[in-house]
Amino acid sequence: MSNLAVLPILIPLIAAITLVFFNGNVTVSRVLTRLFSLVSLGAALYIAWHAMENGTIILETGDWAAPYGIILVVDRLAALLIVTTNLVAAACAFYAPHAGLGKKEYYYFYPFFFFLITGVSGAFITGDIFNLFVFFEVLLMASYALIVLGGDKVQLRESIKYLLINLFSSMLFVTCIAFLYAVVGTLNMAHIAERVQEVDQQGILTTVGILFFFVFATKAALFPLYYWLPHSYIQPNPVISALFGALLTKVGIYSILRVFSLIFVHRLDITHELFIWIAILSMIFGVIGALSTNNIKLIIAYNIIPAIGFIIMGIGVFNQDALSGSVYYLVHDMIIKAALFLIVGAIAYVAGTSDLRKMGGLIHYYPALGWLLFIAAFVLAGIPPFSGFIGKLQLLQGAFGDGEIILAITALITSLLILYSIMKIFIRGFWGEKDETAGFGTKSVKGMIAPIAFLLALSVLLGVGAEFFYPIVASVAQSLLDPQIYIDSVLKE
Amino acid sequence: METLIIILTGVLVSVATYLILSKSVIRVILGTAILSHAAHLLIITMGGLKTGGVPILDNGHDTFTDALPQALILTSIVISFAVTAILLVLALRTYQELGTDNLEKLRGFYDE
Repeated sequence: MSNLAVLPILIPLIAAITLVFFNGNVTVSRVLTRLFSLVSLGAALYIAWHAMENGTIILETGDWAAPYGIILVVDRLAALLIVTTNLVAAACAFYAPHAGLGKKEYYYFYPFFFFLITGVSGAFITGDIFNLFVFFEVLLMASYALIVLGGDKVQLRESIKYLLINLFSSMLFVTCIAFLYAVVGTLNMAHIAERVQEVDQQGILTTVGILFFFVFATKAALFPLYYWLPHSYIQPNPVISALFGALLTKVGIYSILRVFSLIFVHRLDITHELFIWIAILSMIFGVIGALSTNNIKLIIAYNIIPAIGFIIMGIGVFNQDALSGSVYYLVHDMIIKAALFLIVGAIAYVAGTSDLRKMGGLIHYYPALGWLLFIAAFVLAGIPPFSGFIGKLQLLQGAFGDGEIILAITALITSLLILYSIMKIFIRGFWGEKDETAGFGTKSVKGMIAPIAFLLALSVLLGVGAEFFYPIVASVAQSLLDPQIYIDSVLKE
Repeated sequence: METLIIILTGVLVSVATYLILSKSVIRVILGTAILSHAAHLLIITMGGLKTGGVPILDNGHDTFTDALPQALILTSIVISFAVTAILLVLALRTYQELGTDNLEKLRGFYDE
């Protein structure tokens, strides 16, 4: 049964390899992509159910005992994230044929799509720090290919920056692993955690921890290190932007969550105090970026940064309420960011521009799209019936409970400004007189609406069904607060 | 011995940083290549430079050098090799399409 743990990596990998051979035939590629994404989703759901019922699934690859081989660990957090990843991937797989990819579909789009999912799933379930680096590279390599696919001039220009910053931070990741290996002499995360615990995280270990934070913060786009993100994320096709916005930065934030709830938890006054300030600054600067522009894609791209700020806020406060808020918000944000990128992609497609000043009155032609955007804005800002609300409520409860008043107030004001930045798209783009001369309404959004509606339905379900989801999230937070559970389940003492 | 290699690594990192901050794309790529050398050298040093046999079992040694960092480096080398290859091709395409290799000129917004 423990072999289940490898399925979320194996299925997308097989899918990617298979699709390489069917590259020339777009019809077959599309069918296979949908089929594989559904199989992968089914497997993820079954694994999550199994992990919730019977506890953490541990796979010792090649039958080597815990600290010596590579261990795959599907605990409740990883299970939750794998299911979310596969839901987003399925929505994107169904959106892709309608996204206007054109010739890009012949240039190995679908194989790279599945390689990206392989990397993301692998990063979520690995229990080995160097293996985490390798899966980071798998997903980054696929993202390099996807971001430059098509090769427009602007795209080439932004890709080169994206590649350079990621290459630099990867090399830093290797350096961090070298330092950590020199201090603790092991690469298995549970074993590292045990050894760090034995010396009470003395001396050099906090420095290595901060260095790890720097690496993951670059991947996750936190305050001083987010400058590379907004312009590079809006260049590729909307379906690729949706995958990036939903998955890539979240892998960085997951790594922070894992490393700073399992390994470096003995100097909370240094590390987690730093997170609180970074959270405040990420929220402020991210939302300023979102308000500063009239480009609808850029507004959504900048909105990634305050969302990451919210999640790191929970990790910084580090109590039961705040951590369950973080986990809830992480899952919610993966779904809603994918939905928002797909919506603005559809809007830019039908309006022929992503400049807000050149559109208006779209609601007369595309009512479904307009109302989906309206719901998405409410979900993102955290209006009560929807999923953003419960995550933020928990985060704020945690922050107030810990006396972090400035943080909590910044979070509240940020939510208001996020709502304003998205509503700006709705008001300027969809309201207004019917403009016959602009030539809107000629393009069909058939096929685009269903995946978006699916993602929004999920996030509404996550909000309305909080009674069902909340206990799961709370138990995830509980296990994050007690690293001993993870260590014992891996090292089997 | 470790001290010497660490000083060498420091020099490599300084050179790499200087090159990455320059204007020409090709110098930046050279900088990233040197940075990866520095990182790999650091892994082998951090694993310890104690003298011992090569990590092959049948040559009659009692002690061996640590085999794990060597495996890590081998993995990391092929990864950075692939990324450098992509980066070089990307730089070539950028030069062909945009007609410049000056990073200062590769900026500006396009529709704001």
